[in-house]
Amino acid sequence: MRRDSIGFWIAMVLFLGAVLLATQVVGNEYPFFAGYVILQFIVLAVAWSILGGYAGYVNFGTNAFFGVGVYTAVFLVKATGASLFVQIATAAVVGALVGLAVGLLTLRMQGIFFSIATIALSIVIETSVTNWRYVGGAAGIQLQRPPVMEPFHSYVQMLFFVQALLVVLAIAIARYIQRSWLGRGLQALKDDELAAECTGVPTLRLKLMACVVSGALMCAAGAPAAMYLQYADPSSAFNLNYSVTVLAMSLIGGTANWIGPVLGAILLGVTQQLLAVTISSEVNVLVLGVMLVLFVVAAPEGILGLIRRIVHIRAGSKV
Amino acid sequence: MISMDLLLNAVVLGVLLGCFYAAVSLGLSVSFGLLDVPHVAHPAFLIMASYGVFFLNDSYDIDPLLAGLMITPLLFVFGLIAYRIYYETFEKRGTDAGVRGIAFLFGIAFIIEVLIILQFGVDQRSVSASYIGKAWRLGDMRIPVRLLVAFAVASALTILLTLYLSKTFMGRAIRAVAQDQEALRLMGANPVRIKQWAFGIATAVLGIAGALLIIVAPVEPTLDRAYIGRTFCVVVMAGLGSITGTLIAAIILGVAESIVLSTVGASWAPAISFAMLLAVLAIRPQGLLGRRS
Repeated sequence: MRRDSIGFWIAMVLFLGAVLLATQVVGNEYPFFAGYVILQFIVLAVAWSILGGYAGYVNFGTNAFFGVGVYTAVFLVKATGASLFVQIATAAVVGALVGLAVGLLTLRMQGIFFSIATIALSIVIETSVTNWRYVGGAAGIQLQRPPVMEPFHSYVQMLFFVQALLVVLAIAIARYIQRSWLGRGLQALKDDELAAECTGVPTLRLKLMACVVSGALMCAAGAPAAMYLQYADPSSAFNLNYSVTVLAMSLIGGTANWIGPVLGAILLGVTQQLLAVTISSEVNVLVLGVMLVLFVVAAPEGILGLIRRIVHIRAGSKV
Repeated sequence: MISMDLLLNAVVLGVLLGCFYAAVSLGLSVSFGLLDVPHVAHPAFLIMASYGVFFLNDSYDIDPLLAGLMITPLLFVFGLIAYRIYYETFEKRGTDAGVRGIAFLFGIAFIIEVLIILQFGVDQRSVSASYIGKAWRLGDMRIPVRLLVAFAVASALTILLTLYLSKTFMGRAIRAVAQDQEALRLMGANPVRIKQWAFGIATAVLGIAGALLIIVAPVEPTLDRAYIGRTFCVVVMAGLGSITGTLIAAIILGVAESIVLSTVGASWAPAISFAMLLAVLAIRPQGLLGRRS
């Protein structure tokens, strides 16, 4: 193991340890309730960047994967009363399969066609779920939380810890892809797909792989939301706001490195939690939209790009 | 088994609805089909125009179609500015324009949506005019006059735009810029100016289209999401940039939606356009009358 990898894993273990400690020490539930949402968006943004950032395919269908995750959990709870772990694991498998299907159907298209196709898929899936009586149809469905497991005191704290585990998993996978030949291949096809194909990069296989991994992670991140809200309905589970939020977080953070979407998700997630408490949810979306547009225009590489530019200037002035 | 009467009724209504879909897709057919701008904010611009019409109708009691005409010049200028910004920030720089351009327009669409909510609220809004609410009887069939109005105006708009693009100097220049920008540059023309003009036209026709939208049914701020599917379905199925194809594709979509609505039920209607779009992309990405082979 290389030295920076050791550093990375120590940081991850420290992060999980801190989360676990917080669930034991902090009595108030609200920080976990709010923090859960931020962690969830970190997973979604990191997962989105695997396809959207490394490969440059703008996926507008985050809401489709998230919603499929939610409804996989709903279905399992209703049909078998499955445990949270089973819900998440199954959601990941379903997400991978949906990702594969989406990929096979849409990844031959490029640019805007792929993006529009992902919106289309999300609406088609949403409409199907809306018409599926068993999971509640358009009216939605109420869910009962099972008793909480040791060592946690409340279910929200447990969900918070579980989502933190998913964050570590997502980051580890994104980091692995980025540093391996997979990431370099995706980078190559992002720069010039035809040239990559000609030099022997298996572009379609790489894109499919990215779509499957990204889909699995997004679905896994969505699965605990059913128990978090104790309620699910198609129009909120498949809300297009998830797509624009995750897109904004990834692009604002910068997609060249896995740390970008993490930064973006923390920054925007915290802002949103503060705004949601103080002002209305509409203003929340407005702030998000304006930040997305500003960053895309003024800081194309996101926060990562800004940091790099500052470092360059500092380094330049010393010489 | 559904009766022939019901089916015939559905088809007639579908054709009328289809012509209306053509009217709301014409702008996208120019901006996306001819100019290659990934204009996901087109439906948001459309809803914005509808709310402009609603405002004029509600406050000053102006006929919705007249109101649509009145906001057309404003929309034209808005389109000119929007394209200039888009060009300067994305097309000119070139690199990675696709990803960021799409994200930019997606963000703009959301901003428009929220601004409409903040200004007009989330409730459905509709306009009042003498021809709204009446119906025209033809045997057993009952055809709402509002759809007939939409049909007539939409057809006129489609014909006008076709004539503009084929007969006028500027219209031909727009088609030329879609075919070969470099050649146009070599002839001494400025392709950016022509594209900007074309984007202005594409946005200006939304005045009438937005009026038709709010005449046909009440609008709400998030309606643009459904129209992403409808407009892109029509334009992609048409074959990028083909105005005749736009009309044919829109009628196919209208009839399909109308038949599903009267047989399977309204709850499946939102998925029709998106499912057709996916099918077209998967089977025949060049569309019915594509400009690229």
